[in-house]
Amino acid sequence: METQTPFDRKGTPIGRVRGLGSAHRGPHHWLLQRFTGAGNLLLALYLVFSVLLLPDLSYDSAFRWLSQPAGALPMALLIVSVFWHARLGLQVMIEDYVHGPGRKFAVILVLNLATFAGAAFALLCVARIVATAVGLDMTQGIMQAMQAGRPGGAL
Amino acid sequence: MAERPLSPHLSIWKWGPAMLVSILHRVTGDGMALVALPVLLWWLGALASGSAAYETFTGIATSWYGYVVLVGISWAFFNHLCSGIRHFVLDIGAGYAVTVNNRWSVVTTMGGVVLTAAFWAVLVLA
Repeated sequence: METQTPFDRKGTPIGRVRGLGSAHRGPHHWLLQRFTGAGNLLLALYLVFSVLLLPDLSYDSAFRWLSQPAGALPMALLIVSVFWHARLGLQVMIEDYVHGPGRKFAVILVLNLATFAGAAFALLCVARIVATAVGLDMTQGIMQAMQAGRPGGAL
Repeated sequence: MAERPLSPHLSIWKWGPAMLVSILHRVTGDGMALVALPVLLWWLGALASGSAAYETFTGIATSWYGYVVLVGISWAFFNHLCSGIRHFVLDIGAGYAVTVNNRWSVVTTMGGVVLTAAFWAVLVLA
């Protein structure tokens, strides 16, 4: 028996695919929106409670919180989850309000570039905050060792 | 794409709670993507750059227009959070009866405002 593909069929677009069943790829975007949404729910609430529990929002408090694992790791996860979720949401808006296939393609191309650029910049910021804190700790350790009369002997 | 008639748009429908919560979900979600994420990037960038850059950020963030933006972002967040949870409930097939749907649409929209007020009350008073 010859296999008939939708491209061999004649008639309207709906007529060509009717009766073929699901392609199983349709819900992909929808599901990812839910998965990242669930991630955002947990991680953003963690951020909200962390902000409320900080003694203040000064540079020292925020820096100290973000430079230790309990701040840096959830923030890195939040960045990935939230930028992914935002990309999916903006895509839906673009598909609804930007008309014409060429223009739609171009805007979604820019959206992808902006999403990756934004998320990468944010992750780099967190990495730099952690690295700066580690550097400060090492400097302090060396200073203490030198004061104790053991130059260079701290490490 | 074939030119076919589109479904009637906003101007023709009678407003109801479900319509409001749906529109607010989209507006707050896309609004946060376009406004809150750049603010988050600025905050992280300032923290990574040092105390001088952080002072610049907090200086603008604590001006009157800074507070307008921050309160707006926090409302968008809590509104989107509540209507997002509503979406999870609808996804399992619950809450479609008209009276139930209308009631939870109102609760969702009010919840966003209440949580925003609670957040700022704790932040400022505590």
